[in-house]
Amino acid sequence: MSDHTPDPTRDAPAGAVTSTGGTSAVMSDGVAAQGRGDRAQYGMCAFLAVLGGLLLFDAARIGHATSSNDPVGPRPVPIILGILLLVTAVLYAVDVYRGGVGSAEEGEDVDLSTGSDWKTLGLLAAFFVLNAVLIEPLGWVISGTILFAGSAFALGNRHHVRGLLFGLGLALATFYAFAIGLDVNLPAGVLQGIL
Amino acid sequence: MDNFANLIDGFGHVLTPMNLLFALIGVTIGTAVGVLPGIGPAMTVALLLPVTYGLEPTQALIMFAGIFYGGMYGGSTTSILLNTPGESSSVVTAIEGNKMAKAGRAAQALATAAIGSFVAGTIGTLLLALVMPQVVKFAVSLGAPEYFAIMLLAFAGASAVLGSSRIRGFAALLIGLAIGLIGIDKVTGQQRMTFGTAQLADGIDVVVVAVGIFAVGEALWVAAHLRRKAAGVIPVGRPWMGRDDWGRSWKPWLRGTAFGFPFGALPAGGAEIPTFLSYMTERKLSKRPEEFGKGAIEGVAGPEAANNASAAGTLVPMLALGLPTNATAAIMLAALQGWGLEPGPLLMEKQPVLVWTLIASLFVGNTMLLLLNLPLAPAWAKLLQIPRPYLYAGILFFASMGAYAVNAQPFDLLLLLALGMVGFALRRFGLPVLPLIIGVILGPLAELQGRRSLQLSGGDLSGLVGGPVAWVCFAIIALVLIWPLVGKLTGRGRGRGRGGDGPGADAPATKEVMA
Repeated sequence: MSDHTPDPTRDAPAGAVTSTGGTSAVMSDGVAAQGRGDRAQYGMCAFLAVLGGLLLFDAARIGHATSSNDPVGPRPVPIILGILLLVTAVLYAVDVYRGGVGSAEEGEDVDLSTGSDWKTLGLLAAFFVLNAVLIEPLGWVISGTILFAGSAFALGNRHHVRGLLFGLGLALATFYAFAIGLDVNLPAGVLQGIL
Repeated sequence: MDNFANLIDGFGHVLTPMNLLFALIGVTIGTAVGVLPGIGPAMTVALLLPVTYGLEPTQALIMFAGIFYGGMYGGSTTSILLNTPGESSSVVTAIEGNKMAKAGRAAQALATAAIGSFVAGTIGTLLLALVMPQVVKFAVSLGAPEYFAIMLLAFAGASAVLGSSRIRGFAALLIGLAIGLIGIDKVTGQQRMTFGTAQLADGIDVVVVAVGIFAVGEALWVAAHLRRKAAGVIPVGRPWMGRDDWGRSWKPWLRGTAFGFPFGALPAGGAEIPTFLSYMTERKLSKRPEEFGKGAIEGVAGPEAANNASAAGTLVPMLALGLPTNATAAIMLAALQGWGLEPGPLLMEKQPVLVWTLIASLFVGNTMLLLLNLPLAPAWAKLLQIPRPYLYAGILFFASMGAYAVNAQPFDLLLLLALGMVGFALRRFGLPVLPLIIGVILGPLAELQGRRSLQLSGGDLSGLVGGPVAWVCFAIIALVLIWPLVGKLTGRGRGRGRGGDGPGADAPATKEVMA
C-alpha cells in the first residue's frame, strides 16, 4: 500500500469530533498534501466566472417575455445564477489565495502520490471520441469493441487479443440483450442484417 | 391500520416471480457494485436508467431499490477487507472493521455488519412504511411557496452542510443549476443557454449528466491516478459470530438504527453524520473503550446499522416530497420523471401500488441480501481481484452505451465526455458531486415553483414566503449560511484554511456521491 492510503484510525475520529461540533474540520488528511497554494484551483474559479458570464450574456439576449400568467419570465433566474456564479468565483479565488485547498477524492484504486497521468487521459478521450464518430457508420458492436479494447489498452492492458475478445463479447451481449431484447436504441451500422 | 393493509397488499404484488427476479437482480448487482472499487449504487442506477425505460416502472424501481440497499452491504465488505471504504458511509466501518480483520476476526466483522445491516434495514423500512404516509398527508397541503422553500433548503443542505467546504459546495451547486437551465424554458418557450444548438433545445438529459459526472468522471479520475500495485485483500472465511459477539452487537445495532433513520430522512441528512455519531456513542458507552482503535466489534455494528437505516430514511423525502437527499435517490427520481410519473406527495395517491410494492420489495430485498452476503462473502471478496483496466474500460463502455441510448445521437457522447471532464475537475479540486446532481434535477422544479408562487402573488416578492413551513425553511437556511460567521466571531475555525470549514472529515463527504 502506498503512503497515501487513508488511515482512518487517525483521521476519521478526529473528523467525527469536529463534525459533531460543526465548526471546522482537521485537514490532516494525506490528500490535502497537494500542497498549500494549489494554483490549478484558479482554473476552476475561472471556469465558474466564464460560466457566470455566459449565463448573463445569454440572458441579455432573451427578449422580455413576461405576462400576467408569468410575471417573472425566463430572464431573472439565469441572471441571478450568473451573478451568484461570479460572486462564488471571486470568493473561491479569495479562499485559494488564503491557502484553501479542496481535498482530491480518494478511492480504492486511486494513488494520489503521483501527479495526473495525462497520457492515459488523452488516450481515453481519443477512444471515447472515436466511438462517438464510429457508432453510427460502423454500428455499436464494432465501435463498442474498439472502445473497450482501446480503453483497456490505455489503462495498461497488454493482452490485446484478450481485450478485443472481451470487448466483442460485451458488445454482442449488450446489443442482443438491450437493442434486440429491450428495444434500446443501439445502431447495427454496417452489420445491419447480419446481427 | 390502513397502511398495514396497504403494505400487505404490496407484499402480494412483490411476491410474483418476475418482481422477485428483479429484486434478486437488484440486490446481486448492488452487492457487486458495492464491493467493486470505483462503482457505487448511484453510478449503477444511472448506467441502467436508459435500459430500464423499456421495463415496467415498478420492476425497475424494485431493482433500483435492491441496488441501493445492496450497495450498502457491499461497501462494508471492502471497508473491512481492504481498509479502503468504497462509499463514504462506510468510512467509519473501516476504522474498527479493518483492525478486526487484521486481528483475524474478519469473519465476525463481516457478520456483525451484515446482520446489523439487516436489522437496521428492516426496522428502517418499517419506519418508512409508518412515517411516509404521515409526511404525505402533511405535504399534500403544501403550496408552491412552501415547495420552493423546501427545495432551497435542500440546495443549502447539500452544498453547505455535507461537504467539507461551503464555497466549493456552492460552486458545485451553481454548476448543476446552470446545467439544469439549458434548454427551452417550459413556461415561455424561450431557449436558454443553447447558443443555437438544436440538440440542446430539449436540455441535457439527466441520464447523460449523471452518467457523465459519476461514471465517466470517476473512470477518468481513477485512470489518471491508477494504483499500479493492487492493495492487499485480507483472506476471509465464512462470516459467523460467537455468543459474546452477539451480546456486544445488538445494542449498537439498535442505537445505530436510531441515529441513521432520522438523519437519512432530513433534507440535508445523509449517512456520514449518523455513522460518525454512532461510532462516537459506541466508544463512549463501551465497557471496553480500550479496544476501540484495535478492532472493537461495537464500532462496526453501530455505524453499519446507522448507514443502512439512513438509506431507508432517505426514501421518506424521496417518496413523500419528491426530494432527493443522496445521489442514488436523485437518480431514482429522474427515473420516475423519465417514466412520466410525477414525484411528490401525489405519487402515493396516484400510484399506490407502485409505492407499496416498492416498500414491500425492500423487506424482501433486505432478506435476500442477508442470505446473499453471509454465506457468500468470500466469493464477493474475489471480485476485488478483477483487473483494473477491464473494470474501468467496462465502465466507459456502459457509460457510452447508456448515454447514446437515451436519444440515439452521437452528440450526446461528446456531451458525455465534456461532463466527464467536469466530473474529473470536481474530483481533482475537491468539489462535492451531490450538490451538482441535486441542482440539475431540482433546479428546473425549483424555478417552476418559484415562478408559480410569484404568479399567485402577481409578481410581488412576498409571494415567496407564504406559510409557516416556508418560514421555518428560510430560518434554517439562514442559520446554515450564517453559521460559519458565528464560528468566526467566537474565534474558532480560524487559521485552518477555509477549505475545511464544514463538518466532518473531507474525504467522506465528497465521496458518497460518486459512488
